[in-house]
Amino acid sequence: MARFIIRRLLQMVVVVFVLSLMLFFWLRSLPGGTVSAILGERATPQTRAALTKALGLDQPVWVQYWRFVERAAHGEFGTSTRVLPGADALDIFLSRLPATIELSFFALLLAVVLAIPLGYLSARRAGSPLDSGLVVTSLVGVAVPVFFLAFLLKYQLAVEHHVFPVSGRQDNLSCTRVTNFFVLDGLLTREYDCSVSALKHLVLPSLALATIPFAVIYRITRASVLEVLGEDYVRTAESKGLTARVIRGRHVLRNALLPVVTTIGLQTGGLLAGAVLTEKVFNWGGIGNALADAFEGRDYAVLQVLILAAAMIYVVINLLVDISYAVIDPRVRTR
Amino acid sequence: MTATATTPRTGRPGQEPLLSVRDLRVTFRRQGEEPFTAVDGVSFDVRPGQTVGLVGESGCGKSVTSLAIMGLLPARGNTVEGTATYDGTDLLGLPPDQMRDRRGRDIAMIFQDPLSSLNPVIPIGLQVTEVLERHRGMRRRAARPLARDLLDRVGIPDPDRRLTDYPHQLSGGMRQRALIAMALACEPRLLIADEPTTALDVTIQAQILRLLKELVEETGTALVMITHDLGVVAGLCDEVNVLYGGRIVERGERHELFAAPRHPYTSGLLASIPRLDGARGAPLTPIPGSVADNLPWESACAFAPRCSQPVQRCTAETPRLEESAGRALRCFNPVEVTR
Repeated sequence: MARFIIRRLLQMVVVVFVLSLMLFFWLRSLPGGTVSAILGERATPQTRAALTKALGLDQPVWVQYWRFVERAAHGEFGTSTRVLPGADALDIFLSRLPATIELSFFALLLAVVLAIPLGYLSARRAGSPLDSGLVVTSLVGVAVPVFFLAFLLKYQLAVEHHVFPVSGRQDNLSCTRVTNFFVLDGLLTREYDCSVSALKHLVLPSLALATIPFAVIYRITRASVLEVLGEDYVRTAESKGLTARVIRGRHVLRNALLPVVTTIGLQTGGLLAGAVLTEKVFNWGGIGNALADAFEGRDYAVLQVLILAAAMIYVVINLLVDISYAVIDPRVRTR
Repeated sequence: MTATATTPRTGRPGQEPLLSVRDLRVTFRRQGEEPFTAVDGVSFDVRPGQTVGLVGESGCGKSVTSLAIMGLLPARGNTVEGTATYDGTDLLGLPPDQMRDRRGRDIAMIFQDPLSSLNPVIPIGLQVTEVLERHRGMRRRAARPLARDLLDRVGIPDPDRRLTDYPHQLSGGMRQRALIAMALACEPRLLIADEPTTALDVTIQAQILRLLKELVEETGTALVMITHDLGVVAGLCDEVNVLYGGRIVERGERHELFAAPRHPYTSGLLASIPRLDGARGAPLTPIPGSVADNLPWESACAFAPRCSQPVQRCTAETPRLEESAGRALRCFNPVEVTR
């Protein structure tokens, strides 16, 4: 097991290296560029040249990359030029991370809590109107663009009928910050109104963000339960006269959830890597917002940190998924 | 597990049947397809302590018969008619909950493929104790020593270690032994074994059959043995029912049936298995054709197209199952008895 984990972590180093290389060259080949983004189109050539030199962008890309690697080895990832000019890019990432994690967590929670029971129910009643209805709903869930749904929810439930707040993470309540997970902070400091406000702000963006994970997890659960229900060992369990509850939990779900766990892991990776559109619509102020801003302003340092971090998160989550497999499935453990 | 001496469990012929199946008919209906009658009016009795064989090729309805009796057919897409009276109660008429109470306690079943019939992610021990928890109301910890004894009883070496093992860590023969242990956990009075040796090596097959035979003799459990293998029947069964196309075509006491098969199908089955005492190099005689060639029972004998000695009547009229002196036969032109 330890060897397996070490091998996977080494793989991660390779992934990050290759990605950083591609990213570095790709960013610098984009039209526009940091200097134009900062100075605008009307700046004199002299000013432009001076800023280009100051940012080190006059050097060949290979040299720039080497410098980046050298600095990164010391934990320095450069300074932001647009998102928060002058700030350390890594600090920006870290300060934005809690907002994105909080949103992803609630979106995923919503998706999982709905998708697994409904997927199971669908499979048990395959072919029924309920099943067909859910399958169609899940298809719509994947097909509707998330930003469109986000706008729709925001317009209907926040702008037209003030059920939920329009944007942001919390009302201005002067809450104490502990972890920067606002719901958790409110609970820790017993400022419950802060938690409630944060939860209210979470509803719409979580709902919008949960649609695709819900649809995917639902479909996988349904297919997987359907397959397991036809397995011989379920028939054996029935032949023992076990109660429906034991058969459902111990014999069907436990086996059926193996592929579902993988799916949840992959979806988590996708969410954490940045819900750019949803965050933008609700002005959430997480990684997604930062990514969009950094891209617009060609903020190389911030873009590099955000994208590389997202890749690392993705790989780590995949590793956790594989480890969880070994916990659930004894056949993997002994291999 | 001890053989409780409540009733004398010997297979005396005069005894009341423990299970009495009458006119069992199972029809599968799929949308857009003709209904298919897999079991077509099957009747047979099983007495306490008796071993009864249901024999036939794939698709003859023998497994469907057992699943129907156990109430394990899918909830939709089929209709089950007839009765299966167990100890005075018609199992086919029981509400699902009451049938669930009986499965694993009064009637247990052993399946064909031991690997796929065991849950891959649950230790063997729990798969045994869960039956005891369910039907004996035992706590899992209290059930553990019993599970250990059961594994020991069915001949699994080092049973303490095996309790925590997973199915993939056991050999094929041991898996089948484990399944037998689960089936016997609550000392059922009736055991249905659906091709219990088909997926196993020949040497292991013999071991499992010997084990089943011993257990049946010790506990007095009645056994319904479902198989396509006449070798299994020869070693184990008291009475044999030969099924063809969803109907019983011949029934008889094992020795009589083997010595003098009357139905051409039975005799064909016997001729198609190699014999140790036969002449070396003597050719095997397979039954020509396949079940796909069957005629409908409604207007003919289903076996007629494959029969070695059909007469004109066979394709024009339905033969009835005629009973006399403990034997039953469904044939217009039976094989001559040569003694």
